[in-house]
Amino acid sequence: MKNKKTDTTAGRPKNNKPGSLPYVWNRIRKRPLAMTGLIFILVIFILSFISPYILKYGWETIEMKARYQTPSFEHWLGTDELGRDELARILYGAKYTISIGFISTGVSAILGIIIGAIAGYFGGKIDNFIMRCLDVFQAFPGILLAIAISAVLGPGFTKVIIAMGISGLAGYARMMRANILSIRSSEYVEAATSINCTTGRIIMRHIIPNAISPLIVQMAMGIASAGLQASALSFLGFGVQAPTPEWGSMLSSARSFIRDYPHMCVIPGIFIMLTVLSFNLVGDAIRDALDPKLRD
Amino acid sequence: MSNTDKKGYLSVQDLVVEYRSGGETVQAVNHISFDLPSGRSLGLVGETGAGKTTTAKSIMRILPDHATQKVEGVIEYDGKDILKLSEAEMQKVRGGKISMIFQDPMTALNPVKTVGEQIAEGLKVHQGLDKVKAREKAIEMLNTVGISQDRVDEYPHQFSGGMKQRVVIAIALACNPELIIADEPTTALDVTIQAQVLELIKKLQEERGTSMILITHDLGVVAQICDDVAIVYAGEIVERGTLEEIYDHPMHPYTEGLFGAIPELSKDVHRLSPVPGLPPDPTSLPQGCYFAPRCPYATDACREKHFALEKVSGSHYVRCIKKEQEG
Amino acid sequence: MALFEVEHLKKYFPTGRGMVHAVDDVTFSIEEGTTMGLVGESGCGKSTLGRTMIHLLESTDGVIRFKGEDITHPDKKKLRQLREDMQIIFQDPYSSLNPRMTIQDTIMEPLKLSGRFAKEQLEEECIKLMDLAGIEKRFRDSYPHELDGGRRQRVGIARAIALMPKFIVCDEPVSALDVSIQAQILNLLMDLQEEYKLTYVFITHDLSVVRHISTHICVMYLGQMVETCPTQELFDYPLHPYTKALLSAIPSTDIHNKSQRIQLKGEITSPINPKPGCRFAQRCPYATEKCSEPLTLSEVRPGHFVSCCHVREINGL
Repeated sequence: MKNKKTDTTAGRPKNNKPGSLPYVWNRIRKRPLAMTGLIFILVIFILSFISPYILKYGWETIEMKARYQTPSFEHWLGTDELGRDELARILYGAKYTISIGFISTGVSAILGIIIGAIAGYFGGKIDNFIMRCLDVFQAFPGILLAIAISAVLGPGFTKVIIAMGISGLAGYARMMRANILSIRSSEYVEAATSINCTTGRIIMRHIIPNAISPLIVQMAMGIASAGLQASALSFLGFGVQAPTPEWGSMLSSARSFIRDYPHMCVIPGIFIMLTVLSFNLVGDAIRDALDPKLRD
Repeated sequence: MSNTDKKGYLSVQDLVVEYRSGGETVQAVNHISFDLPSGRSLGLVGETGAGKTTTAKSIMRILPDHATQKVEGVIEYDGKDILKLSEAEMQKVRGGKISMIFQDPMTALNPVKTVGEQIAEGLKVHQGLDKVKAREKAIEMLNTVGISQDRVDEYPHQFSGGMKQRVVIAIALACNPELIIADEPTTALDVTIQAQVLELIKKLQEERGTSMILITHDLGVVAQICDDVAIVYAGEIVERGTLEEIYDHPMHPYTEGLFGAIPELSKDVHRLSPVPGLPPDPTSLPQGCYFAPRCPYATDACREKHFALEKVSGSHYVRCIKKEQEG
Repeated sequence: MALFEVEHLKKYFPTGRGMVHAVDDVTFSIEEGTTMGLVGESGCGKSTLGRTMIHLLESTDGVIRFKGEDITHPDKKKLRQLREDMQIIFQDPYSSLNPRMTIQDTIMEPLKLSGRFAKEQLEEECIKLMDLAGIEKRFRDSYPHELDGGRRQRVGIARAIALMPKFIVCDEPVSALDVSIQAQILNLLMDLQEEYKLTYVFITHDLSVVRHISTHICVMYLGQMVETCPTQELFDYPLHPYTKALLSAIPSTDIHNKSQRIQLKGEITSPINPKPGCRFAQRCPYATEKCSEPLTLSEVRPGHFVSCCHVREINGL
């Protein structure tokens, strides 16, 4: 097997480095489920911006005559308690749910990576201090921490992102620290020292690239749960506030009508579920694509 | 052959094992045949990926189901074909009549059970002993492998590598198996500890008349404890015979290469003469002799025709055209 | 003059359970163009010693000399210069290469860092090195996981010899490889030594390998140096009881002259806060109370140093 392995890959075109973007893209492209997920997210996200210009009804147009309508030709996904078009609201709200997921995961990951890298690289007292602080963070369930922070900061789009960013960073920091610790003692870092690599070069070229790739996977999976969490926060009233149609808050305000007009709850629920599922599928594919041992 | 002759007699005929890996079919074992009379020990020697462990796992029937595509041939033990036994019957054989010693004692033991419990477990299952009796027998086994009985209630992490391997051996021997399959039992150990463990295996085997298959890449280890040797290359036996036949008159070029690659203590050689190149890819084996691409004597005939294992003398068999012609 | 000398070298590590005396008072010298084999079982401190010698680890005490010059505590500039002269080849060809760098990048890195070569020369030099180490050109843009163990080890060797160092520590370079590949790598190392007058420290637990490649041998046990002398001398007249046991434990392929085994009791412990005296005493068949006194190294035969207080009685000298 070894022979073949080396022979078939030797003539690989440049720019197809495992872990590089074109390489990962090439591998994701071959997975139909992941591509379906990716396309779903992109379509929803793009529609979210152009929907006000193409739909007949605006997301805040109140039409008291047409309240509580079930899906019909006029209103594809029905209307809510104020007669607003559900489709317009869902599409308009998508950008909040998706971007909260993205940005808050990005905030968590960046803060986590920096903190974890500091702890892992410097070690000793700094490491100890950082890790104990993170222990305190992790003593709370993530959603509870996010609720607590939102309660302090108050509701709103940016504030939700800050709350979720902070509540999620501990996981990333821990993972980054563990990766750095194991890579720092690896033989290739020792080899780099022995050929006179400077500390900066060792960190940038040998440690960081190898420490970060498992985190990218974590992030891809994290976006899904952050989106879900954002909806949960809005549902509880801490997130994006009415009348902005974030999916969680739509769900929240529809819950009083669940017996008589279940479609008002079911529709945002389905969209939350489909989006989370799509992110998970893409995350799965990224994980496999980044693992150099799984070949296609 | 009468039934009494077959007692403890292992006969592997034309064993073929294929499995899937990364969408390709790996020909792991290609028509391996050998016989192991009761009380003898056979060394299966070869490099990584030669199919030694797969052969052993086929005898134990512990190949991973999901990946294994094809297991063909006959593995006859005690007059029964192991490959045709039901899973329930097989469980009686496994651990009872045939037991296996794994390479890595660190992963072969359960970390959350005491060594005493782990030895007793098999006794309860296979010999129906009650708790007290099983514990007594476990202590006896620990003594047999040279571990003080005070340690029966300790956990694996409290033992050193060599001691763990002794525990693994104690587990394997607890039910008085008729056949032991030892897969690189000493590779993970230091030389002085290896010497202790080999001595122990040999002693126990002689005392109990157990048959053994020893899987290893180390010709030195084989020389210490085996009666017969089979050299495995690319999933097939290329040479087979008694220890003396193989070590005194290695005939297959690969066997020669293996001997040439070891720096021998008693001889002064300035340069080693290793086999050049690498073993063939088991997903696409060469057409003729599998060894031909690396063989210094290879001719066109070798690259075209695949040879059978031919008898040279006594119980010495070789798979090579060169020997056929020489006579 | 010896190329490399260590005198009373010590390396201690603090751990939660006490101070580990990984290398305790080791003294020997290595001539240019020769190979010193460091032999011992796992945990005897041989790898730590090798790394301490080339300043991948800082020594706790003792003196290190290279070309007659004291290099125990070099300043930054000196250390950079020394590292170009002293290299290391690692045991595990899987973990010693950065999985995200191509073979060419890995081999070119020391060349780039040295500043000796112009950009245009780098690739040419890299191909030369790959050729020297026996790696086919087509693997230039491959990644480590696409290569087999033997080829990876060749990449490690190419990286180590890139700047033509004088002194290389080989830390079990063949123990992770199959026998036939092992022999190929040993031959490569010996060819390179002959051609470039390299000096090796060859760390291994395999005595047959060390006999093949070394001119001198130093046997270690739990951080202590047990015996050191020229290779032939060690195999002809092993004097220390541990060396004798070690030699007799090697499984030989010579099936007709089975030598008598010396069986050792017990196993190696770890050298945490050890008591003074010989650490082998608890497994030694000749141990007496005298063995708990501090060890001294004595020249028992010309060029043959042993640290055992009973060495003369045991061997009838």
